[in-house]
Amino acid sequence: MSYYDPKDLRKFGDITEWSEELGNKYFDYYGKVFEEGALTAREKSLIALAVAHTEQCPYCIDAYTKDSLQRGVTKEEMMEAIHVGAAIRSGATLVHGVMMMNKVNKLDG
Amino acid sequence: MTKIKTQSLHKRHSELAQANRQLQILSNGIFVEELPTFADKIKETGHFPLRPGTLEVLQINVGYMCNQVCEHCHVDAGPDRKEIMTWETMELCLEVIRNTGAHTLDLTGGAPEMNPNFRRFVEEASKAGIQDFIVRSNLTIIRANKKYHDLPEFFKKHNVHVVSSMPHWTRGKTDKQRGDGVFDASIEALKMLNKVGYGMPGSDLRLDLVYNPSGAFLPGDQASMEKDFKKALMDDFGIQFHNLFAITNLPISRFLDYLIASDNYEDYMYQLVEAFNPSAVANVMCTNTISVSWDGWLYDCDFNQMLELKVDSKVQHIRDYNEAILNDRNIIISQHCYGCTAGAGSSCQGTVA
Repeated sequence: MSYYDPKDLRKFGDITEWSEELGNKYFDYYGKVFEEGALTAREKSLIALAVAHTEQCPYCIDAYTKDSLQRGVTKEEMMEAIHVGAAIRSGATLVHGVMMMNKVNKLDG
Repeated sequence: MTKIKTQSLHKRHSELAQANRQLQILSNGIFVEELPTFADKIKETGHFPLRPGTLEVLQINVGYMCNQVCEHCHVDAGPDRKEIMTWETMELCLEVIRNTGAHTLDLTGGAPEMNPNFRRFVEEASKAGIQDFIVRSNLTIIRANKKYHDLPEFFKKHNVHVVSSMPHWTRGKTDKQRGDGVFDASIEALKMLNKVGYGMPGSDLRLDLVYNPSGAFLPGDQASMEKDFKKALMDDFGIQFHNLFAITNLPISRFLDYLIASDNYEDYMYQLVEAFNPSAVANVMCTNTISVSWDGWLYDCDFNQMLELKVDSKVQHIRDYNEAILNDRNIIISQHCYGCTAGAGSSCQGTVA
C-alpha cells in the first residue's frame, strides 16, 4: 500500500478542524493567490503544475493537471512547463558545481 | 488513450444503451453511502421539488441520426440511429411553435440537417416569427456531402442562429473527442459560415460555439475560454464567432460509458457534487425549457429525454400540448442533474450562475 491515497486530497479542507484559524487563513490566501490578477488564472495553473513536479507532490500533480485541462491547456504546454521546472531544478544542482570547483581549486589548485 | 468508437451504444447492444441501467448506476454505488442524492442536495437549499418558471425555450430533437459518433454524446447519436421525426410530428410541432409563449426555438439532434424534412420544417418554423431560432449544427455536416454545402446560405436566408460544438482550438483534442478529420472539416465549415456573414463582429447572423471538455474534468471559466478560443481561431485560421458556451458533460449515455470504462466515474461524480452551486439551481434550463423528442414526447430537458424520463404531467405528448398545464409540474431529477449545477452551472446556452 502506498503512503499516498488519492482520496485524501478530497479531505484537504479537513486540516482546518485541528487548527481552524490558521487553516482558514491559509485557504483564504490560497484562493486569493489563484484569482486572475497580473497573471491569468491559466498562467498560474501552469506555474502551479511545474512547481507541483519540482515539489514532487502527487496531490498537487493530480490537482493541477486537472486544473490545467479545465483551462484548455494542451499536453504540449503542460510538458513544457514541467521542463521549465526540471531545468531550474537541475540548474540548481549544477550551479553548485562552481562551489565544488572553488573548493577543489583551494585545496588542490 | 481512448480510441473513438464508430458505432452507437445501441448498435453495440451495450447495457448502457438502456435508460433504466443508466438510472440504476446513477442511483446506487457512491450515492447510497458516500454522496448526497441531488434531491437531498436541493432540499438543503429549498429548491425541492424543482418547479418550472416561465417557459422560454422550446427545444425540438428532430432525430438521433448523425454523421459523427462523438465519444461523449449524450444522445448516443450516430449514422446507425434510425429515430427520425416524421413530417406528421413536425406539423404538430409547428402548430405549437405558432402559439408558444417561448421566445427561443432550439432545433437539435443528432445532426438535425439529416432529417429529410429539415429544410421544409425550418422554412415553416421561421414564418412563426419566433425571436431566436437556433439550429445546433455539428459543422462537419456542412462539408459532409455536396447537398449540404449551401447550408450557410440556407441558414442566412431564414435568419437561423447557428450554435456549433467545438471542443478545442487544436486538432488533436477535437479529433480525439469527435473523430478523425472533424477538426479540419469544422474549420472549413466555420470559414464558410464566416464568408456569408455568420459570426462577424456586429453581424446579426449569430454564430456561437459550444465547448465541452474532452475528458473527465469540468469546463473552465467560460469568459476566459472564450478569449482563448477567439485568439487561437483568429490567429491560426482567421475565424470569428460571437459567444462561447461552456457546457459540462453530464454523466449519461456515452459519457457515462467513457467514465466507467476509464475508471473516472467516482472521481467525476465527486467533482460534480463538490462543485454544487446553489445559485445555479434557480436557473437550470429545465426551469425554462420543454424538450420534444423525435416521436413527439415531452421532457424537462434533452438529458431527461435520453433517460426516457417523460414530464410529470397530464400532458406528455406534443399532440396534447398545453403550456399552462405543462407549467404546473414537478421537474424530474436524478444524479445526472449535478452536471447542470456544478461551478458556474451548465445549460444548452452555457453557464447559468
